[in-house]
Amino acid sequence: MKIKRKDILGIEDLAKDEIELILSTAESFKEVSEREIKKVPTLRGRTIINLFYEASTRTRTSFEIAAKRMSADAVNISVSSSSVVKGETLRDTAKNLEAMNPDCIVIRHFSSGAPHILSKLVKCPVINAGDGTHEHPSQALLDMLTVKEKFGRIEGLKVAIIGDILHSRVARSNIYGFTKLGAEVRVAGLPTMMPYGIENMGCRVFYNMEDAIKDADVIMMLRIQLERQNAGLFPTVREYSRLFGLDAKKLERAKKDVVILHPGPVNRGIEISSDVADGKYSLILDQVKNGVAVRMALFYLLLGGSRE
Amino acid sequence: MTKKNVLDEKGVERALIRIAHEIIEKNKGIEDIVMLGIPTRGVYLAKRIKEILKNAEGIELPIGSVDATLYRDDIGMKEKQPVLKETDIPVSIDNKKIIIVDDVLFTGRTIRAAMNVIMDFGRPANIQLAVMIDRGHRELPIRPDYIGKNVPTSMQEAVKVHLKEIDGVDEVIVEHE
Amino acid sequence: MNRLLIKNGRIVDPANKIDGLFDVYCVDGKIVEIIPPNPPLEKGGASGDFKVIDATGLFVFPGFIDMHTHLREPGYEYKETIKTGTMAAAAGGFTSIACMANTNPVNDNSSVTDYILKKAKEEGIVNVFPVGAISKGLRGETLAEIGELKDAGCVAISDDGRPVLNSNLMRLAMEYSKLFNLPIISHCEDLSLALDGVMNEGFIATKLGLKGIPNAVEDIIVARDIALSELTGAKLHIAHISTKGAIELVRNAKQRGLNVTAEAAPHHFTLTDEAVTGYNTNAKMNPPLRSPEDVKALKNGLKDGAIDAIATDHAPQNIDEKDVEFDKAANGIIGLETAFSLSLRLVDEEVVSLNALVEKLSANPAKILGLHTKGSLKAGNDADITIVDLNKEWVVDASKLKSKSKNTPFGGWKMKGKVIKTIVGGRVVYEG
Repeated sequence: MKIKRKDILGIEDLAKDEIELILSTAESFKEVSEREIKKVPTLRGRTIINLFYEASTRTRTSFEIAAKRMSADAVNISVSSSSVVKGETLRDTAKNLEAMNPDCIVIRHFSSGAPHILSKLVKCPVINAGDGTHEHPSQALLDMLTVKEKFGRIEGLKVAIIGDILHSRVARSNIYGFTKLGAEVRVAGLPTMMPYGIENMGCRVFYNMEDAIKDADVIMMLRIQLERQNAGLFPTVREYSRLFGLDAKKLERAKKDVVILHPGPVNRGIEISSDVADGKYSLILDQVKNGVAVRMALFYLLLGGSRE
Repeated sequence: MTKKNVLDEKGVERALIRIAHEIIEKNKGIEDIVMLGIPTRGVYLAKRIKEILKNAEGIELPIGSVDATLYRDDIGMKEKQPVLKETDIPVSIDNKKIIIVDDVLFTGRTIRAAMNVIMDFGRPANIQLAVMIDRGHRELPIRPDYIGKNVPTSMQEAVKVHLKEIDGVDEVIVEHE
Repeated sequence: MNRLLIKNGRIVDPANKIDGLFDVYCVDGKIVEIIPPNPPLEKGGASGDFKVIDATGLFVFPGFIDMHTHLREPGYEYKETIKTGTMAAAAGGFTSIACMANTNPVNDNSSVTDYILKKAKEEGIVNVFPVGAISKGLRGETLAEIGELKDAGCVAISDDGRPVLNSNLMRLAMEYSKLFNLPIISHCEDLSLALDGVMNEGFIATKLGLKGIPNAVEDIIVARDIALSELTGAKLHIAHISTKGAIELVRNAKQRGLNVTAEAAPHHFTLTDEAVTGYNTNAKMNPPLRSPEDVKALKNGLKDGAIDAIATDHAPQNIDEKDVEFDKAANGIIGLETAFSLSLRLVDEEVVSLNALVEKLSANPAKILGLHTKGSLKAGNDADITIVDLNKEWVVDASKLKSKSKNTPFGGWKMKGKVIKTIVGGRVVYEG
């Protein structure tokens, strides 16, 4: 089994066995991060560019650490320190990066589909680190890895994804991923935050949080973007929190051994109460740990074989 | 394709016993030895040697596995990505005598990579190498300390070590294209 | 003397109720006679100084009229010019085109109209009929000098590219336009609902993570404008209709005898929002490509006459405006050179008869725009004629299109039906 694609643009494109290969490879890489010398020479001499058009501490750091633990040279380009602010087009940026012959480009962009444009312009693999409201495949992979580690399986689990589904690339990638691996995926949120036809992705739609998390094995809370209040998607943060915030009381509806995921950063007291975020059910820090392993696995699988 | 049996079940057992005793002899006992198998069959061979040593010396040696995939020098050159296997070094290896155990020694590149892995885990007193088969064609200055059997081969041949734990049978065969 | 004889062609002229083999005689840019091809020319059927076009096996139609084109000149000559735009029109069989007012400067005063007409006369190879702005600067605040625009030669008024959001201003425009008997071409889009949507709202948009534009964005303004047309009695023409609901509203308005017409663009009845998959910016337009259900409704509307005309909404965009992130990409596609072949599929699919198709490409737009000497091959009319080989197959090669811009989603498509000759005022301006 090998990854036959050049790029990782979304979970939608990945077959079940490809996802499984990435997860099992990532499991092997976790051990590397626990060594005293957390570095293997695998990608020595390779250049990985992290091209970030959107602020991100967690994801960018995770990709950077993953690259460095593989001995690749990681270069970070962020919007504030690049010629993007001078109005360079993505096409021109891509052509310029290509001229420097990188071995992989990781891109985070505010426009859905930007990684797809980039992938057509460069020869090296492109990894989508989150594009607009489309997909965030490495996040979904680390979420799946975290759940798989906890339960030993994904098939048959009930996974509830709660929050602003409309604007969530994390939700889209996770719906595809968990569904492909045989979990029952439920999504819940305000009707103003539910995208058209989302049930066609194979998930069940709820507008009531209590129903959505009933008997759930996994609850994934999405970060609520506070600027959505200005767009009128919900009247006040208080009301949102009352309806779709996760607290100890709502949690009683879930299974006893339920686990809670959150892609971070957490709005404490809004989508998730502090006691729950820091409580025994929370796997938020495991997610972060697994993020590095998943990204190492992606680099390994995309760069580890010959490209011809 | 032709097949030739070079060791049968008895032959494999005898080779392992001899290797175990050479280990005791060379190290004047088995204090401070850690055996690290190279997955997959090297790990099983290490386990078997450990049992023989336990019966002989009454000491249970720590064993582990060392996967050299991430240290290989042909990453990105082969059509296929090598599959990652487990690295598990359960004890500190500082000042320990490390015995790497593998089934077939060929170019030596895997052993070179495995030594680099081990060096990243600590500073062993020395590193020794035990292999079931040495088939020649070395590309690096690496020489095994313990050999089950020398099997001269051509490049068109493949040497396969089969073990009961995985293959249901103990034998070593040479296949010719 | 400019004399032209088109011999042995199959004439389809819906307004004239002609469908059969005829010879068409043109003198000095006018059609003088249509008679059966007997006796043959060489036996003295016509005097020898006619230039003869042998149309044996070909179809001869009244020149097509595109009532919705963006020529981009003045102001955006890097996208299209009157010269290249009319060349594209001729290649697509269009002998007349109405060009929208969203140029720079906006065609909201007679000097811009004059400029367009002067340029068209000098460099254009088909007839150009400017459409004037409804509001000054297309800002939707105050009325443009519509009377002056009419005198300068505008055949309709429209803020196309932008809706007139202020209902009172639209009412005033309608009342005012009646004075000049000019149709109002309405771009129906409720911007307060569309927000920053970039494609049809539906499952494809959900999958792609692109902000959707619901059908209601169009339906709301179509309903409003029909109500205002009823209130004022003005001639209302709905531009690039794309939704099932809007078509139903127009159908209903017609049944009630209102002065409402509508056009549909070939891309809207050929493609669905599925074409956006892969973030294809050549499938980005406004209104967006809609659902299969809307496409079905468009076909029904074309069939039962709810939709009067086929218009291209030819919208040239430079590669730099298209080769970007989907949400940043400019709207629109070029359409003049693919419109006929795409429309002909409707005949193959038995959605409309060939006669009805020709009517929607010629007679009906002529009628809506008040072009009394066009849209039909009757004697005395302008000799604007399109000759077509309905069976000729061709493949769209975007790089070979005449338009200055190449933004088409139909590159590589196999087409059936090709324009062989385009004749404007008795002169051949395009030979395919």
